Amino acid sequence: MVDARGYSCPIPVIMVQKAVKDNPDKLEVLVDNQTAVGNVTRFANNNGYDVAVKELEDDEYSLALTKR
Amino acid sequence: MQKENFFKKYWLVMLTGLLVGAAAVALTAFGNPANMGFCIACFLRDIAGSLKLHGAGVVQYFRPEIVGIVAGACIMALIGKEFKPKAGSSPVIRFTLGAAVMVGALVFLGCPLRMVIRIGGGDLNAIIGLAGFVLGILIGIFFLKHNFSLGRAYKQGKVEGLAFPVMLIAGFVLTLISVSFFAVSTEGPGSMHAPILLALGIGLVVGALAQKSRLCMVGGLRDAVMFKEFGLLAGFGCILVAVLVGNAILGNLKFGFEGQPIAHTEWLWNLLGMTVVGWGCTLLGGCPLRQLILAGEGNSDSAITVLGMIAGAAAAHTLKTASSADGTGVNGPIATIVCLAVCLLVSVTHLKKEQ
Repeated sequence: MVDARGYSCPIPVIMVQKAVKDNPDKLEVLVDNQTAVGNVTRFANNNGYDVAVKELEDDEYSLALTKR
Repeated sequence: MQKENFFKKYWLVMLTGLLVGAAAVALTAFGNPANMGFCIACFLRDIAGSLKLHGAGVVQYFRPEIVGIVAGACIMALIGKEFKPKAGSSPVIRFTLGAAVMVGALVFLGCPLRMVIRIGGGDLNAIIGLAGFVLGILIGIFFLKHNFSLGRAYKQGKVEGLAFPVMLIAGFVLTLISVSFFAVSTEGPGSMHAPILLALGIGLVVGALAQKSRLCMVGGLRDAVMFKEFGLLAGFGCILVAVLVGNAILGNLKFGFEGQPIAHTEWLWNLLGMTVVGWGCTLLGGCPLRQLILAGEGNSDSAITVLGMIAGAAAAHTLKTASSADGTGVNGPIATIVCLAVCLLVSVTHLKKEQ
């Protein structure tokens, strides 16, 4: 799991970039702003992952990355 | 197919880029200084002057564009439910980096936006600035890849988030009702400005669009190099295209190094000044324009950065580090080296160990 809450871009994308280096089938990413949701989703889509976004309480988002 | 997707994905940031470029040309045509239609560094410097934080009589004016950009971003963020006050990510470091970025920008004479606008006016000194800017971003990326981070921010209340936008708007209203309270240049770049309502209106539109599209001058190259994402870079390119075309139509396009408006030809300091800007802004996570937008979204860390830039501008003119059309200021070179040292120090002291 990547907890990128509180970080502003590009840090969340860099954290995800490092995490997908190990080629996991699934990865959960927590962020707390829409810019990060958009940037992480775009990065994941470009790197072979599907993304399901779930809005949690308190302006937080959980992104479920699944390998295509 | 690929091309169609690209436009579909990035039309908003490209439209924003075109509009910013067109706005720069239009604002110059309506009275702003040449090749300075839209420069965040210059405008913040003018605001510092209008508050009498520095005594450079030729650059004092409370620029409505800045007020418009922050207010436009704030309104758009409120509408889009993206107004999320937060703070706490190394505020003093951000203030310092903001000041360093401003000192570097005033050695070159322009923020990244004005650098593109100067290139679009044919000023070849700005190409050297661009080389320095790219170099600075690449150094910043090197540290980002080695886990550089200024730390996380935390949620804040609405009032904290609104404080900076409201402060700016209040200051602007005061300039309208009590001109004598603030300094206004009677000669030089500060005396040259577009009509107030036009400047404010264009600022509002640019602020709103830049908030939605996330347009950023350092983000373009950074995302292209780090993530092979070319959207923001396309926005950057669109600004240049719009300025080039606009200047060509109005007959303002003059290629060369010598005699360019509000620019000097000392290439080394043009280069290194923008290296500070590229490096500092990469560490900060966004260019001066982006900092204004984030401040409008309630991000106090960015508001602090903008305040740092205003302080940096005041220092640059008081300590004679700012350049003029005649060349670098007496203390410009040493200040540039100090700012590079600051960037290096901040970079190496914020590398997180791999978990």
